[in-house]
Amino acid sequence: MRLNGSQILSKALHEEGVEVIFGIPGGTIMPLYDEMHKHPMRHLLVRHEQAAAHMADGYARVKRDVGVCMGTSGPGATNLVTGILNAHMDSSPIVAITVNVPSAMIGTDAFQEADISGITIPVTKQNYFVRHTRDLARIVKEAFYIARHGRPGPVHIDIPKDVLLNEADFVYPTAVDLPGFQPTFEGSLVQIRKAARLIERARRPVIIAGQGVLISQASAELLAFAEKTDIPVVNTLLGLSSFPQSHRLYNGWPGMHGYVYSSYSVDQADLVIGIGNRFDDRFCGKFSAFAPKAKIVHIDIDPAEIGKNVRVDVPIVGDVKRVLNKLTPEIGECESHDEWFEQIAEWKREFPLKQYPDDTPHLFTPQVINAITKATDGKAYIVADVGQHQMFAAQYYPFEEPGQFQTSGGLGTMGYSLPAAIGVQVARPDKEVWAIAGDGCFQMNLQELAVLIQDRVPVKIAVVNNGYLGMVRQWQQLFWEGNYQHVDLATGTPDFVKLAEAYAIPGWRVTKPSELNAAIAAARAHPGPALVEFCVYREENVFPMVPSGAALSEVIPDTPYVPAAIATPIPAAAPAAPAAPAPVHA
Amino acid sequence: MKHTLVATMADGPAVLNRVVSLFRQRGFAIDSLTIGKTHEQHVMRLTMVVDGSKTAVEQVIKQLYKVIEVRKVSDLTEDQTVERELALVKVTSKSTTLRTEILQMVDVYRGRVVDISTNSLTVEVTGPTDKIDSMISMLRPYGIKEMVRTGLVAMARGVMAGQEKGREALRLREVS
Ligand SMILES: Cc1ncc(C[n+]2csc(CCOP(=O)(O)OP(=O)(O)O)c2C)c(N)n1
Repeated sequence: MRLNGSQILSKALHEEGVEVIFGIPGGTIMPLYDEMHKHPMRHLLVRHEQAAAHMADGYARVKRDVGVCMGTSGPGATNLVTGILNAHMDSSPIVAITVNVPSAMIGTDAFQEADISGITIPVTKQNYFVRHTRDLARIVKEAFYIARHGRPGPVHIDIPKDVLLNEADFVYPTAVDLPGFQPTFEGSLVQIRKAARLIERARRPVIIAGQGVLISQASAELLAFAEKTDIPVVNTLLGLSSFPQSHRLYNGWPGMHGYVYSSYSVDQADLVIGIGNRFDDRFCGKFSAFAPKAKIVHIDIDPAEIGKNVRVDVPIVGDVKRVLNKLTPEIGECESHDEWFEQIAEWKREFPLKQYPDDTPHLFTPQVINAITKATDGKAYIVADVGQHQMFAAQYYPFEEPGQFQTSGGLGTMGYSLPAAIGVQVARPDKEVWAIAGDGCFQMNLQELAVLIQDRVPVKIAVVNNGYLGMVRQWQQLFWEGNYQHVDLATGTPDFVKLAEAYAIPGWRVTKPSELNAAIAAARAHPGPALVEFCVYREENVFPMVPSGAALSEVIPDTPYVPAAIATPIPAAAPAAPAAPAPVHA
Repeated sequence: MKHTLVATMADGPAVLNRVVSLFRQRGFAIDSLTIGKTHEQHVMRLTMVVDGSKTAVEQVIKQLYKVIEVRKVSDLTEDQTVERELALVKVTSKSTTLRTEILQMVDVYRGRVVDISTNSLTVEVTGPTDKIDSMISMLRPYGIKEMVRTGLVAMARGVMAGQEKGREALRLREVS
């Protein structure tokens, strides 16, 4: 069958099961748009390409399949880059398609030309510049295969315009030939047995469940493994929702803004079993002081993650689900962990998450999260942006179902939540989706409000407005002697409720705790997208906190709830870290 | 410690770019890097000398495997290898006495004079890196006008590179 490049590409996308594309057209990509509308594929018209990549990313994370975004040459392509890197850092399978100037003009600084494949090399799992129409089908096949297989990640395809117009024979390949790409799925039995012996003998073990558990769809296997071994489970930020938080073995999440008792448990563990996590710096604190008493087992599909940041005693390369399926039956009688659970319970009693009375004079973000939790019965899909509100959302919302929490973990991209929530909602129209954004983050991609209306996406938006780049302000307060530099957003911030209304989206504003429930209920009752602005206490801080470069044992616990005390800046020297927890076995 | 790594990879316009980008991105220090064709069609071979700890070099290897085109990476450091580098050195030689002296020295290193002009000599030498280093240090006092080195290429003796060290063995370092 002789087809032109646009037809080949459209057919190939169809073969790959693509139902939704996020993008925006332009001069060079027009042949593709012209062809695509002949196919039953949904296309959402974004207002900025960065958002297209985030939407594809959010879509991919909950659909557990490839998300597709596209843009035209030059600025269209470069606008995608942040979203592509975000997907790369968080192992999200997206395929980004851009169309470049015609081959004959490549390299001439033609109008809207960018060396986009040169630019995307370090931010993709693989990228392609398509030279001939005859290569197109194979490349699309490979791109989707690579994005999906092994550790997922973004793949970029750049196609000169003439390649879309030229013809070639079309046969969609059924297999790929990639001798250099052979992910290891099965963990080595030798290593698995070694891990099993360590697990049986451990007295203070902790499981770290990372996003790999979600990617591998291994929540049930994780649960079985934890129950059989009776080991507490902590999550990484991106691993949140991989383990039901109502479960007795759930042990919170440690790290920079995680729970004190979780951080202590990792710090004092004698065995750490990392599952589909990458021991990142926000999680581990100071690497050299990470879990100093523990043997470390690390299960991950990407061998390059093993031993990258922390020493590993038993490396197991493989798909989390398959490894757990082999590992759990290998484990015999385990030591009792009763003393360990008692110790953890004691830390938990001693360092609870701060709770707020209902009648505080100011509004606090945890109250907002708690109210959303109550209204949604803990069943909403939460997409958090980046900053204090992100940490509060992660701390206070009780996730039960795999995929319920999405955020930009690796890159920390402000502006992620609204577009990603659109992707999540498109992937899961049956779910209630909340984007939770700070006033700073929201202003980084608020143009996508248009998509909510145009494409009928009923995302609910919570804008947590403190009039500051809150997280930066917190650092300036704690570590830069309260010298607030360029963090005040109060002047210049639009009226978010009016802004929503300008897009024909209803909005509500909440300024005190007593208004929370009514506004949230109203937003939920509205059948389409809705926005609620929460004007919170301006100088609210997120605790617990492991200062950057400190060890988990140096976590600064919550300050008790006293508004006046919070209002006074904490003196330059950070409060003395509490004494490291007493060793469990003297 | 210096490690000699050898990687075979499918050829393609962006492969070298990708490998170099990876080194730059991760801040790996490279002493030399050479790439060229092999006996197999569309397969390129890269030899690189990296300086670093065992763990750092292991990371280099693991990261290299992330490049989709890379098929096999071997660390030849502890193997019996044939290693060669080529250097062209242009030395000042204004008088006949000096010229004779230089020629004698070059002979010791089995170098060859490949060009002579009124006041310079160009010498070609191949061999392991340390031999070339040594010849260059001997020539330096005469005045080196220009010099170029290709960087090291290496091959395991007898068996093929990495034949006995499968991919898995490289990936799964058992520490215990
Ligand atoms: C694109 C981008 N630019 C800058 C930053 C640095 N940064 C991290 S958090 C933050 C403040 C976020 O402010 P806001 O959205 O108001 O949330 P808050 O912390 O107040 O909850 C900034 C500027 C970032 N993460 N991403």
